[in-house]
Amino acid sequence: MDSLWLIPLLPALGAAVNGLVGIRLFAKRTAGAVAVAAMAAAFGLSVLAFVRLLQLPAGVHEINQVLVDWLPAMPLATHDGPSGILAVPWGFRLDPLSAVMLLVVTGIGTIIHVYSTAYMAHEPRGGVARFFCYLNLFCFFMLTLVLGNNFLVMFVGWEGVGLCSYLLIGYWYGKTPASDAGRKAFVTNRIGDWAFLLGVFLIFFTFGTLDFRAVQEAAAAMPVEAAGWGVLSTIALLLFVGATGKSAQIPLFVWLPDAMEGPTPVSALIHAATMVTAGVYMVGRNAVLFSQAPMVMDTVAVVGVLTALMAATIALVQTDIKRVLAYSTVSQLGYMFAAMGVGAFAAGTFHLLTHAFFKALLFLGSGSVIHALAGEQDMRRMGGLRRRLPITYATMLVGTLAIAGVPPLSGFFSKDEILFRAFLENRIVWALAALTALLTAFYMFRLMAMTFFGGGRGATADAGSGRPGESPAAMTGPLIALAAGAVLAGFIGIPGALGGGNAIEHFLEPSFSASLPVVPPAAAGPDASAGHAAGGAPASDGLALGLMLFSVAVAGLGIAGAYRVYVQRPGLAAVLAERFAAPHRLLTHQYYVDALYDATVVNGTRATGRALAAVDRRVVDGTVAGASRLTVLGAWVASLTDRTLVDGLVNLLGWVSQEGSFGFRRLQTGLVQNYALLMLVGIVLFVGVYLVVR
Amino acid sequence: MGEVVGFYVLATLILVFAGLVITARNTTHSVLFLMMDFLSVAALYVLLGAEFVAVIQILVYAGGIVVLYLFVVMLVNLKRPPESYRDPRRQGKLGVVLAAAVLVEMVAVAGYSRVAPAPVAAAVSPVVGNTEEVGWLLYTQYLIPFELASMLLLVAMVGAILLSKREL
Amino acid sequence: MITETHYLVLSAALFAIGVVGVMVRRNIVVVFMSIELMLNAVNINLVAYSHHLQHTVGQVFAVFVIAVAAAEAAVGLAILLAFYRNRETVNIDDMNLMKW
Repeated sequence: MDSLWLIPLLPALGAAVNGLVGIRLFAKRTAGAVAVAAMAAAFGLSVLAFVRLLQLPAGVHEINQVLVDWLPAMPLATHDGPSGILAVPWGFRLDPLSAVMLLVVTGIGTIIHVYSTAYMAHEPRGGVARFFCYLNLFCFFMLTLVLGNNFLVMFVGWEGVGLCSYLLIGYWYGKTPASDAGRKAFVTNRIGDWAFLLGVFLIFFTFGTLDFRAVQEAAAAMPVEAAGWGVLSTIALLLFVGATGKSAQIPLFVWLPDAMEGPTPVSALIHAATMVTAGVYMVGRNAVLFSQAPMVMDTVAVVGVLTALMAATIALVQTDIKRVLAYSTVSQLGYMFAAMGVGAFAAGTFHLLTHAFFKALLFLGSGSVIHALAGEQDMRRMGGLRRRLPITYATMLVGTLAIAGVPPLSGFFSKDEILFRAFLENRIVWALAALTALLTAFYMFRLMAMTFFGGGRGATADAGSGRPGESPAAMTGPLIALAAGAVLAGFIGIPGALGGGNAIEHFLEPSFSASLPVVPPAAAGPDASAGHAAGGAPASDGLALGLMLFSVAVAGLGIAGAYRVYVQRPGLAAVLAERFAAPHRLLTHQYYVDALYDATVVNGTRATGRALAAVDRRVVDGTVAGASRLTVLGAWVASLTDRTLVDGLVNLLGWVSQEGSFGFRRLQTGLVQNYALLMLVGIVLFVGVYLVVR
Repeated sequence: MGEVVGFYVLATLILVFAGLVITARNTTHSVLFLMMDFLSVAALYVLLGAEFVAVIQILVYAGGIVVLYLFVVMLVNLKRPPESYRDPRRQGKLGVVLAAAVLVEMVAVAGYSRVAPAPVAAAVSPVVGNTEEVGWLLYTQYLIPFELASMLLLVAMVGAILLSKREL
Repeated sequence: MITETHYLVLSAALFAIGVVGVMVRRNIVVVFMSIELMLNAVNINLVAYSHHLQHTVGQVFAVFVIAVAAAEAAVGLAILLAFYRNRETVNIDDMNLMKW
């Protein structure tokens, strides 16, 4: 219980040490060791906390810890009357959902920290400490986000991870694309944050509290807004817009591919495993609230699956290895949102967990490749690396199989769970998700084929003399660890159809439901009740098994297609690209979304800014300049009066005193006998007067 | 007749010695002339029947103060002639003129006041003799001024010691 | 016959001599001695009137004047010594700092 607050604090301490002292003093190795130690300790404490959570008595599913009162009770009021008392404790809450996130953040975070010590070894000394300072700071904010027990503490973490993302994307701030990408990420995130904050305001206005649990209870007590649009729907929509910014969904996904300008461990930790899943986490955290707003749930599902499909298609034609993975991340995040949208919160969280493993693995693997090729990221210049980087190849293959959904790897279980729940809920969503699964398998094996199979091209061939060798143990070790995770993580969620207990779903269930089921499932309507039902109950195991076979077949089809196009007949890809020139161009330009945003939002903002600047120059500056002229004139008149009248009087007084003193000073000779002489004059006069008036 | 002779002789001595005091070039000579002058004044007091004051004059003035002056003159061992510098603004001649004016005026006052020699009644004193009378008055009617004078002398003594210290 | 007027004239003359000494001499020791002469002139006046009025109080005042004169001489000469130690001079014209 006492150690809960330590978990975020340890990375914060690491960041403070590295940032305040390390940048000036620490060797690269020391800086890395400090950061890794902080994260490892946090991971250990997280495991302990997790164990304590499991040992709680039945019926209790959370550990609460209020560290300190952040905002003391502060009554707020609008002109309609009091709207509640704003009292925000700096409180942490560990429940199943945050426990899963906690383990993901600290566990994968630790692995990636270890990896970074080797990956960043070529950076200058202070740069390494700066990198680890940012990375630790990120972990601190992420843990605050995850552990916070109310919206405001979560918002602190929410903003903090955005800041760290900005700092880390722009880590190589000397490179224009990197600093531009950082700015883009930050500004895009701000749009989402704005909506999130509005949602928080509305929550406080509606419920009078910001505590997650209290809000859930209050929301559960309100009727489901199945027919009409109500305040819960508005809140949920605002929160979801916030989530789209952080988790790179349509329409705010454009920043994530550009964010690949940052170092690869950053891409793995922040832009694959943890920060981008914050939106998913936030939706899951407010599962009850979202369940009460079915229309928003449908929106979430549709946006999620469309994002998944769109990103997957774009990933088909990308040539930069990290960008393929970035679009893959967007796509998988879309998957998670689709899961949330169909009410499968546990499945979405499960996918979040497995995705964290295999996507971090894939990113680190790509980092290993890039490292071996001295910074080359273009897949067209790679190839034939299978023998030169055997460990990287093997682990990345595991990751690829996992993301493609090949049993019994982790991705299979989580993705299949989502597909199954989508099939029950919404056939269109299921169809699009299945298509995405096909595309996922295809582009991932395209990546593998272009990188590891075939003959050496480009950079691989150039490096023929200095053969690229396998990366150091500090990089392969994390790869192996993550590969093990990618293989094993799925087994905590084996569905009932395969004889498993779907342990994770039961474990997570308390986080997604109100503690008191005030609204009975029957009254909640069919849409909402499906969201609360434990998986698999309404459907037969036969249907589940059929769907599983179908998704395995889909994955196999994708793999086979990629193998045929990119390994067996290497020329086919170019032929296909020429035959379907128009769609290919559309995909290579990412559906022109960036261009659209540039043309509308960016240029619109610039034009508005120019117009406002013109108004500023002409009208405002003119007014200000006129006012200043008047002031100058007034001051000149005043100074004239001052100089002639006031100064004249003062100088006259001074002159009179001075001149007078020159005259009177002569009396004071300082000679004693002159004073005696004056006394004598007095005596003479005195006696003379006496003689006269006697 | 003896009183007239005595007065004129003594008056002559007093004025001559006084003149010598302020005109002597040598300061030591001035001091010695001052002592002679004091002795002459003491003799004049005897002539006036004031034996006690005469004795005090000899003891205090001729015996004490003059010796004090003598000591100072010895201590002030002048390397530079004392009258070497003359300030032009001092107006010494005007001082002499004014001194003459004072003299004239006081002589005039003395001449005028001759018309008022009405003798007041002699104080009733239980003692006979000049010294006894002075002592009686000092310790009865003028006791407080007498004590104040003793305090004044004490203060002057302390002040003189303090001022003469080297560390001043 | 010697009247008190004689004594008054003698006293006035002695006083005038003292005044001339104070006004003319630049040796401060001599100036002090001139002041003693003036005090003596006053004493002569007092004792003469004591004789003339047959009342001893004049002599009492003379005693007081002698006491004051002794005090004045002691303090004055001490100041003179202190001044001499600082300035190495007893010229009254050098004592001109009491101005402005």
